[in-house]
Amino acid sequence: MLHIYCPHCAEYREEEEFHAAGQAHIVRPLDPDACTDKEWGEYLFFRKNPRGLHHELWVHSAGCRKFFNMTRDTQTYEIKEIYKIGEKPSVVDSSVPQEIASGAAS
Amino acid sequence: MQHYSGFGLLKHSLSHHENWQRVWRNPTPKKKYDVIIIGGGGHGLATAYYLAKEHGITNVAVIEKGHLGGGNACRNTTIVRSNYLWDESAALYEHSMQLWEGLAQELNYNVMFSQRGVYHTCHTLQDMRANERLVAANRLQGIDNEMVDAEQLQKEIPTLDCSKNSRYPILGASVQRRAGNARHDAVAWGYARAADALGVDLIQSCEVVDLEVNDGKVTGVKTKQYGVIKADRVGCAVAGNSGVLAKMAGFELPVESHPLQALVSEPIKPFLDTVVMSNHVHGYMSQSDKGDLVIGAGIDGWVGYGQRGSYGIIEHTIQAIVELFPCTSRVRMNRQWGGIVDACPDASPIISETPVKNLFFNCGWGTGGFKGTPGSGHLFAHTLANGKAHPIAEPFSIKRFHDGALIDEHGAAGVAH
Ligand SMILES: Cc1cc2nc3c(=O)[nH]c(=O)nc-3n(C[C@H](O)[C@H](O)[C@H](O)COP(=O)(O)OP(=O)(O)OC[C@H]3O[C@@H](n4cnc5c(N)ncnc54)[C@H](O)[C@@H]3O)c2cc1C
Ligand SMILES: [Zn+2]
Repeated sequence: MLHIYCPHCAEYREEEEFHAAGQAHIVRPLDPDACTDKEWGEYLFFRKNPRGLHHELWVHSAGCRKFFNMTRDTQTYEIKEIYKIGEKPSVVDSSVPQEIASGAAS
Repeated sequence: MQHYSGFGLLKHSLSHHENWQRVWRNPTPKKKYDVIIIGGGGHGLATAYYLAKEHGITNVAVIEKGHLGGGNACRNTTIVRSNYLWDESAALYEHSMQLWEGLAQELNYNVMFSQRGVYHTCHTLQDMRANERLVAANRLQGIDNEMVDAEQLQKEIPTLDCSKNSRYPILGASVQRRAGNARHDAVAWGYARAADALGVDLIQSCEVVDLEVNDGKVTGVKTKQYGVIKADRVGCAVAGNSGVLAKMAGFELPVESHPLQALVSEPIKPFLDTVVMSNHVHGYMSQSDKGDLVIGAGIDGWVGYGQRGSYGIIEHTIQAIVELFPCTSRVRMNRQWGGIVDACPDASPIISETPVKNLFFNCGWGTGGFKGTPGSGHLFAHTLANGKAHPIAEPFSIKRFHDGALIDEHGAAGVAH
């Protein structure tokens, strides 16, 4: 069971109050009509799915209902940091190029 | 290969069962193979068997980082059925079902395939409509599936609470009577033994740590224990680790890996001779031949590679089971575990070519790939032998996530099975 800190409520709560909303920092193409099918499909469906550090989006669904980001190790399940939407992660995988790891703030 | 039979059992009892042949060899890998299959789960082993048997390609290695069948192959809850919704899926799962029906004879190995029926209970009008639609679709596809009302269901499964007193009363159910379950380990072992007998090298305790890719073409795999092993073609059937292997090859997949949990009770007397599954209260159960209740859950929603999940899921699942079978409320649970399932956004698998030449992936079976084991292996062997997909596998290409021809089975895939 994960014990998660909600940066909006400023409290630790049990995992069951939260909902994992998948990979963070996915940037919606600015002009979807200009995308090829491949680009659009990749935006919609293709994911990093790493074994190791993962930047992911969570929502405090049974609490304040606000979204935030988390960096978590998908192997040990250890939560490395919580940071707000619009912020960049500070714990990053050194083997992944920086611009990919932090992405555009979303 | 030593033939197994009742007579053989008798004969070996005379020598105190001390002279059984080893079930498979334990070879050191050659420098090069025609085909390397990464992942010694059910799917990888079945693929190797059909490559040798149907395509005469025997210079094949299966490379497994742990022991054979130690992944999801030995962690699943063994439900086998073919009543999915879309024609593409029906063809795929029914292909597998028909192989299941002759598998024990084919492999000369008792896979304990038991067609005891699988029920999907309906608790709302939407449930009823969805299942009636499924039954109608299956009839058109020539696949058995039928509806039963609550009264009939109560007669067929006396211990199931079909009264109006439950929180979500059961209105009826669909049932595929040819569906059922099988012995999970036996399937992996049976394929392993038969593949080995045809000359396939089963390399255990050997982890693939990188893929050798030259000019966009795979030429071998790099292993921790034996260095580079060359291959003309490489097939990847690593289930939960598909994303990790894809990363080695330099691309991403439309797949995310999640923990999926299950649990079994202490063994009790026979009380359930079929499989019951409820998408609405969200849980499913069967009883093993040993007597334990085998209980399955939904996935943990986050990406996880740890082969364990959170307690909340177990609690919800047990609530669902007690809702369905109030008489189980005081049964004690014995063991609980998790596996890593690689789920696709449309709840259908991938049997496909990849951006890298001569590298093929069989993945994305998510929560329901045990039933697919024979069919998956059979079709993937065709892909690896011919360099292109069998007509049944064609719609399951990665391309569907680019052109939009998804095969949405979220309804039929249900809880997780
Ligand atoms: C709890 C649970 C319940 C389930 N219940 C059902 C069910 O009722 N019905 C159903 O149809 N399906 C069910 N499933 C799904 C089913 O188990 C899987 O879809 C299926 O087993 C996957 O195929 P496999 O057997 O080949 O996978 P696995 O047995 O996981 O095989 C993959 C193998 O690849 C190996 N591997 C990984 N990385 C490497 C590497 N780098 N180098 C070498 N080897 C590697 C692993 O060690 C593993 O042995 C369930 C799954 C779980 C976890
Ligand atoms: Zn909050």
